[in-house]
Parts: sequence; C-alpha cells; structure tokens
Amino acid sequence: MLISNVEVIPGRNIQSHLGLVQGNTVRAKHVGRDLMAGLKNIFGGELVGYTELLTEAREEAVARMVQQAAAIGANAVLNVRFSTSSITAGAAELFAYGTAVKLEE
Amino acid sequence: MFEIILFVTLLLLGYVFGRMAEKKHFNSIIEREQQYRNILTFSKRFPEGITNHSEGALVEGNVVIANDYFKTILAALKGLVGGRLTAYESLLERARREAILRMKESANNKGMNTIINVKLETSSITKGQNNQVSCVEVYAYGTALNADLN
Repeated sequence: MLISNVEVIPGRNIQSHLGLVQGNTVRAKHVGRDLMAGLKNIFGGELVGYTELLTEAREEAVARMVQQAAAIGANAVLNVRFSTSSITAGAAELFAYGTAVKLEE
Repeated sequence: MFEIILFVTLLLLGYVFGRMAEKKHFNSIIEREQQYRNILTFSKRFPEGITNHSEGALVEGNVVIANDYFKTILAALKGLVGGRLTAYESLLERARREAILRMKESANNKGMNTIINVKLETSSITKGQNNQVSCVEVYAYGTALNADLN
C-alpha cells in the first residue's frame, strides 16, 4: 500500500478512484504520564511520553485508514491529511484521511 | 506563607531549569539542522528543477513540548496587558524546528534527499490548572523522494 500526501504517484497511472477513506483513534492520557507532564510544566522541555503516545496513535489511525482502503480494493492512498482535536480535557482524537485509488501495475 | 514559598520556588526552578533546557535544545537543533542541510524540504507540491525521482514515501515527525513554570506565569501576566507573548513564540519555534528535523531524519533513514508538500500542524493537547495551556504538539509530514536536482 502506497501512502502519499501528494495527489499523484509519479510514473504510475491511476486506474480508478475509490473515494475517501479515513481512520481515527481517540486516546486518553495515562495517569503516570499526566503526572510527569505536570512536572514538565515546571521545568519545561519535551514530553517524551506524549510524543510516543501520539506517534502510536497516529500509526493506528493510518493503519485503520489503510485497512479501509484495502477492503475496497485500493493499492494506494493519496493526498493524505492529518488532523488532531481535543474532545475533552485529557483526551485527543487523531484523524487521518485520504483518497483511495487503484494504480495500474 | 507556605504557598508563597512554594510559588517562588517553582518560579525559580522553572527559570533556572527552563532556560538551561531551552538553550541546550536550541544548540542541538542548530547542530542537527547543519547535519541535515542536504535534505531539501519544499512546501510546494511539485517544485521546479526536480527530475528523475523515485516513488514517494510518507515521512513524519512530531514533538510535544511544555513551557516551564516561569514562562507560563510570565505569559499569563502578559496576557493581562496584551502584546507579544515571547515565551510562547520561542516554545513554538523550538517545536516546529524539532518536528521538521525529525521528519528530515526519517527521510534520511529511508535514503531520501528531498521532501515535498510539507504540512505542519499545531495543536495544544493538555490544559493545565486554570485552563493554562502550556503544552503543544507540532506534527510535520510530507512526501519524501530520492531526486536529482538541477
């Protein structure tokens, strides 16, 4: 599965468009990590725990998007975009979406 | 009385360690920017002068960074009178440069030398006490290529 945030894959022709596919995940933060975050708000600096958490969450959102694309017979997702929104204090939604296409072999 | 002592201690801790952390981080950013200078990034989708490129791969970099206590208080005070919040400006600058560097690093690991269509996304992910947001995430992503440049 090819994933790109540009709308074409160079040298490959698009056989058919299969529409929008999307994947999302909502994550709450771990209590221990929240405690560490509280400390970091005193000293400043990178919150490694959160960085990892969000990386994992995004990977999952992308995986779900890819799964959806595979289910409708796509072999690439183009023009991928990401978005993040906080639902309530302590939880964030990560969302990935793109256009599923079938590329000529 | 105890509360005042705690407040002043936190301010001092934030000032001393926050400054140290920021200085160290900026030094490391400048050093790594030098190191990855050969990887070109474009916000354009198809920049001119790129020929013979490989199939693209999505690359990304993210970072979550918190302000120190001193700067949070400083920003809150500044918020009363208005004007530039320099405390947050430097926080966001650090975060953006770091996220872009991580994206470049991952392109480099994949053996790519160009990143096109770079997008940056910023979001605040925590709300502290009294709704003081002092923690931001920056996410950078783009399509990495291995291209000949003329």
